[in-house]
Amino acid sequence: MILTTPLAAIGRSTLALLATIGRVTLFALSALSHILRPPFYPREFGTALLNIGWFSLPVVGLTAIFTGGALALQIYAGGQRFSAEAVVPQIVAIGMVRELGPVLVGLMIAARVTSSIAAEIATMKVTEQIDALVTLSTHPMKYLTAPRVLAAVITVPVLVGIGDIIGIWGGFLVGTGQLGFAPGTYIQNTWDFLETPDVVSSLVKGAVFGFIAAVMGCYHGMNSGRGAQGVGRATKSSVEAAAILILAANFLLTNMFFSS
Amino acid sequence: MIELREVHKGFGAKKVLQGVNLTIPRGESMVVIGGSGTGKSVLLKCVLGLMTPDAGTILLDGEDVARAERDAFLARFGMLFQGGALFDSLPVWQNVAFRLLRGSLARPRDEAREIAIEKLRRVGLKPDVADLFPAELSGGMQKRVGLARAIAAEPEIIFFDEPTTGLDPIMAGVINELIREIVVEMGATAMTITHDMSSVRAISDKVAMLHEGVIQWTGPVADLDASGDPYVAQFINGSADGPIEAVR
Ligand SMILES: Nc1ncnc2c1ncn2[C@@H]1O[C@H](COP(=O)(O)OP(=O)(O)OP(=O)(O)O)[C@@H](O)[C@H]1O
Ligand SMILES: [Mg+2]
Repeated sequence: MILTTPLAAIGRSTLALLATIGRVTLFALSALSHILRPPFYPREFGTALLNIGWFSLPVVGLTAIFTGGALALQIYAGGQRFSAEAVVPQIVAIGMVRELGPVLVGLMIAARVTSSIAAEIATMKVTEQIDALVTLSTHPMKYLTAPRVLAAVITVPVLVGIGDIIGIWGGFLVGTGQLGFAPGTYIQNTWDFLETPDVVSSLVKGAVFGFIAAVMGCYHGMNSGRGAQGVGRATKSSVEAAAILILAANFLLTNMFFSS
Repeated sequence: MIELREVHKGFGAKKVLQGVNLTIPRGESMVVIGGSGTGKSVLLKCVLGLMTPDAGTILLDGEDVARAERDAFLARFGMLFQGGALFDSLPVWQNVAFRLLRGSLARPRDEAREIAIEKLRRVGLKPDVADLFPAELSGGMQKRVGLARAIAAEPEIIFFDEPTTGLDPIMAGVINELIREIVVEMGATAMTITHDMSSVRAISDKVAMLHEGVIQWTGPVADLDASGDPYVAQFINGSADGPIEAVR
């Protein structure tokens, strides 16, 4: 007994974890299949584009500009120790485009978009609005999930691209304003150093993170428990899951793109 | 015709429906009564396929609903949810006209809006509520919008989950008449849940009482007072003494 109880517990939680992974995977596949098959809901899609893309711009911009600035300061301070402070433009560019841009935008989207999708859909679930959708011959996966997932996959890469540019600009402002770089040289160095794979990896990460963020919001919303507590729990789990999956996916994608 | 045969449904250890048998002939108005928490709403959701029964079969015109083609099946139904279940992201008229704006019953927006306003009028709401959002309405008004949505596409079969709770007596009377009208004029089949005995008498052809997971009694509304069933007698008199325990 003493020996088997902990083993049984490990077994049970492993099984539960595997079951969850299975359910989430099926959910994601079903979301994809509903994106491809009619009927389509252009109005829902338009609203999702606005909510996920347009209204996230301020958050993304502010996050990126401060991060780019701080990054420039750190690289300068660190570089100085072995008189390599001249690499600020190059490292800011690589750091922002390859890692910080996508990851920070992904996490901000998890905080902003995943939580709001999960809370909205969970509230619809507990107030029977999802049941009402079904009785009105409308598939919740098509009407709620598909437009949001598609909008996220399209807009988050754009947000990442914008975040990358604003982050580099933040570094530029600090570099030229505070650290004494010449503007022309700074831009030249940034431009010369960045390569196509850097940008491609950044945008691919954006699309993957957008997918994760939207799917997690929808999945936890649709599977919410009952009452206000259910909504709270769904929202919390959705953001946790989205953030962790985004960071894990980032590691895998970095490995894929850059470890040769 | 809707037939339920030995329908069972439980949640975990809790048994809610324990062998429900009930037949609702086409064009009739069936009212289901029963104590709070006996599973009346669950019963409606099982018929609609929003919940899957643990056992038993539900037939619509002789066809098993579990195997029916979902879209065609649902297109025949209208449902008023107990809590209204209005979409709070859409204005009132788009809620009412939801079915008419998309899918197989889609029609032009102006026309859908006109129909929505007409349906709102039938449930006693003025055209100026059409552009409000559900959160801006009182509970009773939300209920009536839900009712307007349930009847908007003129379905053959309509389920009403407590259509008159939360309404003032006059409005309740209006809604009772409306439900009666829908059954008589449109020839719809209706299944209504209510706790309001005056509603029961106003809208039903037949009454069924759900108690402890089974249909305790069923019969024409005229027999309700002389049912000879102690459960029904206690329920319609609202008495604390009788076979139904007051504490559940
Ligand atoms: N999704 C669910 N999960 C778990 N239990 C549920 C669920 N839905 C209903 N129940 C339980 O089933 C029982 C019957 O619920 P139901 O809503 O059908 O009652 P009701 O007869 O409609 O009551 P009322 O007249 O108060 O509306 C209740 O005890 C409720 O707790
Ligand atoms: Mg109920």
